[in-house]
Amino acid sequence: MPIRVENLSYTYNAGQPMEQEALRNVTLTIEDGEFVGLIGHTGSGKSTLVQHFNGLLKPTSGKIYIDGVDIFSKGVSLRSIRQKVGMVFQYPEYQLFGETVFEDVAFGPKNMGVPDAELNDRVDQALALVGLDLSLKERSPFELSGGQKRKVAIAGVLAMQPQTLILDEPTAGLDPKGRDEVLSLVAHLHQREHKTIILVSHSMEDVARLAQRLVVMAHGEIVLEGTPEVVFRQAEYLEAIGLGVPQVTRLLQVLKKQGFAVDPDHYTIEAVEEEIVKLLETM
Amino acid sequence: MAMMKNITIGQYIPGESIVHQLDPRTKILATFLFIALLFLVETFTGYALGALMLFVIVLLSRIPVKFVLRGIRPLMFIIVLTLCLHFFMTEGRVILQIWFLKLTYEGLIRGLMMVSRLILLIIGSSLLTLTTSPILLTDGIESLLKPFRAVGVPAHELAMMMTIALRFIPTLVEETEKIMKAQMARGADFESGNIFHRAKSLIPILIPLFVSAFRRADELAVAMEARGYRGGEGRTRFRVLKFTRRDAAALILVAGLVILVGFCF
Repeated sequence: MPIRVENLSYTYNAGQPMEQEALRNVTLTIEDGEFVGLIGHTGSGKSTLVQHFNGLLKPTSGKIYIDGVDIFSKGVSLRSIRQKVGMVFQYPEYQLFGETVFEDVAFGPKNMGVPDAELNDRVDQALALVGLDLSLKERSPFELSGGQKRKVAIAGVLAMQPQTLILDEPTAGLDPKGRDEVLSLVAHLHQREHKTIILVSHSMEDVARLAQRLVVMAHGEIVLEGTPEVVFRQAEYLEAIGLGVPQVTRLLQVLKKQGFAVDPDHYTIEAVEEEIVKLLETM
Repeated sequence: MAMMKNITIGQYIPGESIVHQLDPRTKILATFLFIALLFLVETFTGYALGALMLFVIVLLSRIPVKFVLRGIRPLMFIIVLTLCLHFFMTEGRVILQIWFLKLTYEGLIRGLMMVSRLILLIIGSSLLTLTTSPILLTDGIESLLKPFRAVGVPAHELAMMMTIALRFIPTLVEETEKIMKAQMARGADFESGNIFHRAKSLIPILIPLFVSAFRRADELAVAMEARGYRGGEGRTRFRVLKFTRRDAAALILVAGLVILVGFCF
């Protein structure tokens, strides 16, 4: 179920004095089973862009195709699009409302028309996926800890069983343990559940570890695109637009500049460690 | 949100006109005087003179007349209802009869009077908010209420509450939009179904909205205390209200006109 956007532009408050162009002529394709990291500074348009993927925002101009179908053409049910393309917003725990965790997680599938008999299974599966104990089902979501609330909210989207999952800064405001848990959940969804993942983030470390392809945005446009190696080679440009490269990559780049024989195209701690060990052995 | 655009009462249009520059207290008092005038006057000549006064102030404020008149639109229903009730419910000389409805001469006069009063009241008070920023307005109210503190009116607290409420309107609007989108992404539908269905569909918006409003209130209270806020006692101000000679002149002028028109017509 590839997602393709063509010449997408979006202007907030179009035609008013407060008019603001958020996206300019964006063209992008996301293939089945891909893991795409969407990075950019605050206000670069990345959140605006992903809200088009499930029809929450209607482009000022341009088209969005899911499975080759223009989602804003007549007769397309946006609800079915939103079932296929799940979206986890920033701080998703702020959207919890159910009296019980069960009720909240079941909200999405219920709206999608899943029969009541099946709801229980859906909720159990989703909670198991995010690693929450099923005994929490009858608790109020408001009594849970911050990390648990976030997992309940993510489960609420997973319960709709979307084929594609968009996550907007899913680790924002979590402690290191919560962050690792959410990131390994995302990795699991991609590798084991074979979902297409679009991860919006401004943490280079997070996306570098997980994504197969990076898309860099600035000022409402896509400015860089490619594998992490290709994108992180542009360290100076990334810094100029308010981003950077993972610290470990930066270390290799500095070493290389000082004349050491290292290959700077590594961006995970493990790979960089290996590279440095190799370097030390030659010395 | 589209609905909010039509409500001009409470909206502020920044400007540099002489009306904008007056002390907010002058404008609040003048508005009260004008409202008093509307209840003193009993003739059409009186209302016409009141309307003339307003017209001159609107011209001075350089706010487009069309924009000022737009303020009446949301209250059209009340105006029409007032008109009908007076037309057909007043006893007196019948001048027109439609089925069982009797239009009386006295009703016609009373209805037109009440509606003139209502329209001038709306325009007069929206003119205050159109030319005074919310911050200055609350400062003015606080300053005017100060003398009543002796009898237990919490002037500073009331003004602070108003300021905070006004400050958080845009924040809450933004928050509502965010929550709506998040629930729409889970298939929520706010637009179809009957009225009960629609009311029920608001629950997933209202609960998170209240939760976040309380959280914000809590955070704000802590932040204010952390910065040493302890009520209005001994607090100095960045914007000091100044009652100038121009304010005195404006106030005397309005008061004079109100007395003249109010007691002669």
